[in-house]
Amino acid sequence: MKFKAMTAIAALLLSVPAMSLADPDEDQLVLNGEMESVTETAAPAHLSDVLDTIYSGWRFRENETQALQMDDFDNPGMIFADLGLDQWNAVEGEEGKSCASCHDDVTESMKGVRAVYPKWNEAAGEVRTLAMQINDCRETNMQAEPYKYNSTQMTNMEALISVQSRGMPVNVAIDGPVQATWEAGKEMYYTRFGQLELSCANCHEDNYGNMIRADHLSQGQINGFPTYRLKNAKLNQTHDRFRGCIRDTRGHTFDVGSPEFVALELYVASRGNGLSVEGPSVRN
Amino acid sequence: MKFSVLTLAASLVATGAFAAEPVAPADVVYTDGAIEASLSGTAGNPEEGAKVFGSRAMGNCVACHEVTSLNSNFPGNVGPMLDGVGSRWNEAELRGIVANAKLMYEGTIMPAFYKVDGFTRPGNGYTGKAAETLEPILSAQQIEDVVAFLMTLKDE
Ligand code: HEC
Ligand code: HEC
Repeated sequence: MKFKAMTAIAALLLSVPAMSLADPDEDQLVLNGEMESVTETAAPAHLSDVLDTIYSGWRFRENETQALQMDDFDNPGMIFADLGLDQWNAVEGEEGKSCASCHDDVTESMKGVRAVYPKWNEAAGEVRTLAMQINDCRETNMQAEPYKYNSTQMTNMEALISVQSRGMPVNVAIDGPVQATWEAGKEMYYTRFGQLELSCANCHEDNYGNMIRADHLSQGQINGFPTYRLKNAKLNQTHDRFRGCIRDTRGHTFDVGSPEFVALELYVASRGNGLSVEGPSVRN
Repeated sequence: MKFSVLTLAASLVATGAFAAEPVAPADVVYTDGAIEASLSGTAGNPEEGAKVFGSRAMGNCVACHEVTSLNSNFPGNVGPMLDGVGSRWNEAELRGIVANAKLMYEGTIMPAFYKVDGFTRPGNGYTGKAAETLEPILSAQQIEDVVAFLMTLKDE
């Protein structure tokens, strides 16, 4: 008994650097002065052994960056959502249809959609990301060319659809038919990739709140995607961010739209269950 | 004739003017996580070591560690502050920690800087593409230089 307690204390002492107090700030995200966003909440049950609280990446950014996301007139991402609306209404493909031909008013039909993706598609028997569903509509219902997975047009459309769920809690399913995919994503999250041998968890679970050089590490949540990054002055997609993070481990990344990244996206999305959808968010 | 060449070679090794072959990553002998013998056979240069420590293209140790005397912009704090580290560990131990910290600290986030195998999907540097041949992140001499730099970080 005594021995056990001693080992536990020793272990605590040894792991002090990794456990130094995480410090998201105390700011509250209120959109356009009216819509409250949940940027901090109890971790979903499946994370209870590793995290108590989950935070949006917004809480780790500087005040100036945070402010850009608080007002739609300042948020550069909203320009792309507007371009997405033009695409929504544009007739394309052999069927002579636009998205609006089937889904009418985007503010009605797409409300809540972003919050539950990636999700199971029964007819196709597969887990689909929002991008995959958008392309399936283009190919099957419009007889139009699919967008390139991480093209500007795809990201614009994702931004438009995300906007309709802003403020709603992320709520992706993790059991039933998606469970095997979710497990595969979880395994990836804890795999130490590349010559630096770093897993997502090493940076975003063990060290969020710490500084890795000039970067303030967040929990790597995806509730804010697509994300307008000041660094590259464009809207960025989830899979591009995953690619960048694996590249930074001196690793060989996976492709955008690959089955591996679809699984990782489902798993990472589920780590944010309960946070508000923020896309398009603003980050540095 | 033969004899004098040999003597010459021997005396060169003894004076250190004759650069020995570096120990390959796979041949390094660790004792409880420490490495007794120099990896390059040439004494480390602390000034070069400070550059390796601070440069993003080399060790990038400042991504995770702060050293007060270096005055680097934006040092990270994922790893412990290293002021006084040369008083906490001896040279062999520091060499072991830099070459492969996983042997001293099981499961540590600190990368191994003198290792070429056992990776999952190693990349070709920071290109995101697959690695063709793998070199250790730091050369034998760079490790010696960093260790020499760390040895200068003594408690007052
Ligand atoms: C070497 C450290 C490191 C590793 C390993 C790493 N990341 Fe990141 N990640 C960062 C940094 C630095 C940022 C930018 C600051 C932040 O938001 O944390 C970031 C940002 C992110 C973001 C954006 C968060 C936001 O709010 O915009 C996501 C999502 C993310 N990472 C996911 C992942 C995933 C998934 C993995 C594993 C495949 C991973 N990261 C591995 C360092 C890392
Ligand atoms: C990704 C983060 C990271 C990088 C990069 C990194 N380290 Fe570390 N280092 C750590 C952590 C964390 C520890 C503490 C061991 C532990 O708890 O896992 C550590 C421990 C050490 C120690 C022992 C510290 C003590 O106080 O006793 C030394 C010495 C050291 N590192 C040197 C270096 C050098 C030199 C480099 C670059 C060539 C480097 N580190 C790069 C994270 C890192």
